[in-house]
Amino acid sequence: MSEIAEKVKAIIIDKLGVEESEVTPEASFTNDLGADSLDTVELIMEFEKEFNVSIPDDQAENIATVGQAVSYLEEHAK
Amino acid sequence: MELKRVVVTGLGALTPIGNTVADYWNGLSNGVSGAAPTTRFDAGKFKTQFACEVKGYVPENYFDRKEARKMDLFSQFAMVVADEAVKDANLVEGTYDPGRVGVIWGSGIGGLRTFQEECVNFANGDGTPRFNPFFIPKMIVDISAGHISIKYGFRGPNFSTVSACASATNALIDSFNYIRLGMADVIVSGGSEAAVTEAGIGGFNALKALSERNDSPETASRPFDKDRDGFVLGEGAGALILEEYEHAKKRGAKIYAEIIGGGMSADAYHITAPHPEGLGALNVMQNVLRDANIKPEDVDYINVHGTSTPLGDVSEVKAIQTVFGEHAYKLNISSTKSMTGHLLGAAGAIEAIACILAIQHQEVPPTINHFTDDESFDPGLNFTFNKAQKRDIKVALSNTFGFGGHNTSVLFRQLND
Repeated sequence: MSEIAEKVKAIIIDKLGVEESEVTPEASFTNDLGADSLDTVELIMEFEKEFNVSIPDDQAENIATVGQAVSYLEEHAK
Repeated sequence: MELKRVVVTGLGALTPIGNTVADYWNGLSNGVSGAAPTTRFDAGKFKTQFACEVKGYVPENYFDRKEARKMDLFSQFAMVVADEAVKDANLVEGTYDPGRVGVIWGSGIGGLRTFQEECVNFANGDGTPRFNPFFIPKMIVDISAGHISIKYGFRGPNFSTVSACASATNALIDSFNYIRLGMADVIVSGGSEAAVTEAGIGGFNALKALSERNDSPETASRPFDKDRDGFVLGEGAGALILEEYEHAKKRGAKIYAEIIGGGMSADAYHITAPHPEGLGALNVMQNVLRDANIKPEDVDYINVHGTSTPLGDVSEVKAIQTVFGEHAYKLNISSTKSMTGHLLGAAGAIEAIACILAIQHQEVPPTINHFTDDESFDPGLNFTFNKAQKRDIKVALSNTFGFGGHNTSVLFRQLND
């Protein structure tokens, strides 16, 4: 697993209070990991902070699963 | 229309001298001080380096980590005491209509630490706004009432009262009124506060409101003592289940006491100083006696606002002597803030509980830390100094006054039928 993927996983475990085993690439923040809309906003902000990127709202809407977050960040992280 | 009777059927407490109602009463009865050096932040450079903090509070004992992270401490405290009170009242589903159960909750300040931390983060950044989406819903004063309703599904009247240190008493009075008017059957009421932060201590220090007795925190809160030098900031929460009397009887609820009156007034004098003659305090006690339709002679115990400030204690006692006349000498008066410190917007909740437990145990909790008489106070008055006192208590009065000149009083009576 990439360094980015590890960090993303750690943030999700911390913010959503879920078990590591639940954080699979296919896992959806809202459907599988118990996030509500505010949790999702917080996750995006944490990703922005950790990876020093700015994720525009229209792209944030497309980040709904763990895997989507990792791919986006692998592409855009500085 | 005929007003309904309202009784108290459940209690919850998380205080600097006990983390449950039973432990709180033990602390009150034994004259325990809750003051100690501040642990919530490094107070090394502050004029006041101690407070009455809740001891041994571990959020994970009450919440899962994710849940706790979304609540400021003042809301966590609210949830803890609401849970104790709901269980104590045996409010089990099926015995009430959730649409007629409300939550009316007081807090003077709300999520002060949350506000402080978010602003500090922004100030330390490069100007990019990275405010947490939970910032506002953690900070706002009314959120505790929301959290409690969400947990239990109570869908009746729901809001918060804000009147500084009178907040929780305003919550009790509003709850009492809605129930006696028939607008709700049960209301979870009380208040919570968690302002032991840099901004809280620093702000009250700037007002010269806090005791600075750093060499002896446990004796710093000394209401009515000649050498009192300000209040001691406390934190915590208290919850009371107020319930319409017939509703309580019907479900076989245990009844602690009846709430028989609520009074309110304003000093209309100064933002922080009390009226020198205690005019607002006088008016509020007259108002509460009138509301309850009882005579001054019917009152046995007054749990005073008595914060241990030089001015406040004097004006409140003047008002008591004017309202109660000769009966003032037969009353027991005490300030439990000598033990708990001043819980600001939650003070009215834990002090109402102190009144109810005093009625239950027929014992007046003391005003501890009395060392030197102050000639400003009539020596014929009984301030219950240093030791709890057993006596008949049928009716107890709780006073709370807030910055802004808000005054509130409530009366509790032993259930006598």
